[in-house]
Amino acid sequence: MSIERPSTLDFPPDAEGMDMVYCRPETLTDVPFHYCPGCGHSVVHRVLMEVVEELGIQEKTIGVAPVGCSVFAYHYMNVDMQEAAHGRASAVATGIKRVLPDRYVFSYQGDGDLAAIGTAETIHTVNRGENILMVFINNGIYGMTGGQMAPTTLIGQVTTTSPYGREANMVGHPLKIADMLVQLPGAYYITRQAVHNANAVRKLKKAFQKSFEYQKEGKGTCFIEVVSNCPSGWKMTPVESIKYMEETMFPAYPLGDLKVPEKV
Amino acid sequence: MEENKNKKSEARLMKGNEALAEAAICADIDAYFGYPITPQSEVLEYLEREIPKRHGLVLQAESEIASINMIYGAAGAGARVMTSSSSPGISLMQEGLSYIASAQLPCLIVNVVRGGPGLGTIQPSQGDYFQAVKGGGHGDYHLIVLAPASVQEMADFVFDGFRLAEKYRNPAMILTDGALGQMMEKVILPEEGSLKKVAAPWATTGKTKDRDHNIITSLFIKPEEMEQVNHQLQEKYKRIENEEIRFEEIKTKDAEILLVAFGLSSRICQKTVDLGREKGIKIGLLRPITLYPFPYKKLNELADQVDFMMSVEMNAGQMVQDVKIAVEGKVPVHFTGRMGGMIPSPEDVLHEIESVMDKQNVLQD
Repeated sequence: MSIERPSTLDFPPDAEGMDMVYCRPETLTDVPFHYCPGCGHSVVHRVLMEVVEELGIQEKTIGVAPVGCSVFAYHYMNVDMQEAAHGRASAVATGIKRVLPDRYVFSYQGDGDLAAIGTAETIHTVNRGENILMVFINNGIYGMTGGQMAPTTLIGQVTTTSPYGREANMVGHPLKIADMLVQLPGAYYITRQAVHNANAVRKLKKAFQKSFEYQKEGKGTCFIEVVSNCPSGWKMTPVESIKYMEETMFPAYPLGDLKVPEKV
Repeated sequence: MEENKNKKSEARLMKGNEALAEAAICADIDAYFGYPITPQSEVLEYLEREIPKRHGLVLQAESEIASINMIYGAAGAGARVMTSSSSPGISLMQEGLSYIASAQLPCLIVNVVRGGPGLGTIQPSQGDYFQAVKGGGHGDYHLIVLAPASVQEMADFVFDGFRLAEKYRNPAMILTDGALGQMMEKVILPEEGSLKKVAAPWATTGKTKDRDHNIITSLFIKPEEMEQVNHQLQEKYKRIENEEIRFEEIKTKDAEILLVAFGLSSRICQKTVDLGREKGIKIGLLRPITLYPFPYKKLNELADQVDFMMSVEMNAGQMVQDVKIAVEGKVPVHFTGRMGGMIPSPEDVLHEIESVMDKQNVLQD
């Protein structure tokens, strides 16, 4: 089975006459990702942009990048993009969607951006039921700034700002922001997914597909949390970090749908 | 700057804040994002009542921080957008303003200044001059700052503000105060729909096949690149300083003493000029209309003519520093003012002038 070679992909000369069966989508630029080996961002970027391409909405999609490891998402995603101030991606996305309501708007944030400094914007964007997709990458740590504690860091987890392990009586418990958002009528679809194996990747892809369909319906906010590993921040190898995630992150942040649209 | 050529013929009696809001509708704003704060909540309230009947969008955000970031997003998407707040809320917007200036996005911000610092008072002040013209947010950037002195100018400067913001792809600010926001005066509103939209090929409207993807950002992690961006901004500011300075002169032709005042203070000083002249004192007034760009050259010229200047402000002395820079030591520059929401009286200002004159006469004897 052959697929069309995208215009932005260089075809090596000795590959002439071969069938293209898998390649970078048009919706990803020809810029190598800078993400650490094993990081979930790479896979999420790919899956999200693959869905944008397959739905044929590249020309109508606008994304908002956060401050964090994925601050350069706008270099990788071949759609119109805005870089937001730390925490403010959902407010920026609100501004875009409100003045261009027929476009597909998504925000993409890490755990500090969405659940620490951006908590007010997160809650109110969902409370207003803004018709956008909010992507939340939860790896329980601040990766870009060198591995500090996040609101989603687990009890006992060692980070550079919780060197003796997170203690609840000092800094509280991990914040389950997706669970909080379920309460809001403006939230239309909330799900928690992962990208640690092929099955999980397929489920995330379906979640993205649904979200863009729902955005067309204009019935409220779609919120997709992706629990991810952070080998660098957790000071583990990629393989160790996946095991750690399965054993400690998934029990704290169970995968699956938290809120789905009611069947009419 | 251009005059608003087409005006509705009928004059209306309006509160400053409401004239400003009505002018925004006349300017065909695409959206207003804002948050209540005294003394300017009437702007949001007026728009919430009127926009559903007319056109555009108004949204009450959860904070000033959310407001300014919605402004960033919408402006980056090519929309004509405005927000308003008062001093403490404008403080919250500073990060957003730095981002907007760096990403070179047009928008209009209105600061209806109240007494401070801190939570302060709801009474009028000019204590945010430094914040407005010297930065406020981090980094090397400028807002284009317009200072109205009447309800008419509250309306007119909405059009001028958007015109300048869109011409230069730069945030513009109307720096006004609680008294101008609340006072009622006659105003002739600019003609609705007469402010033409400007093309924004750089905006994030959706990457069509004919172009690369547009990126709105203020992140330039390589210092060589960041420096280049800064050069671009500085060149833009030089153009603005060369072409957009605006001021008003009142009885400066034969003035021996010059008052310098903006906004509400200039209204007070106009009375001082009259009172002084009745007593034979040749006072004139230079009213900066653009606070950035500041009329340094004009003040320097007037310094050749007058004995001394006096800056009159409702703060601890902020614009006076720019007056001193302007005159380059040619003449003494004095200051008088009130702080904390108090308003000086024309008689007080005249008294201060006479004190300075007395001291000068004593020195000369």
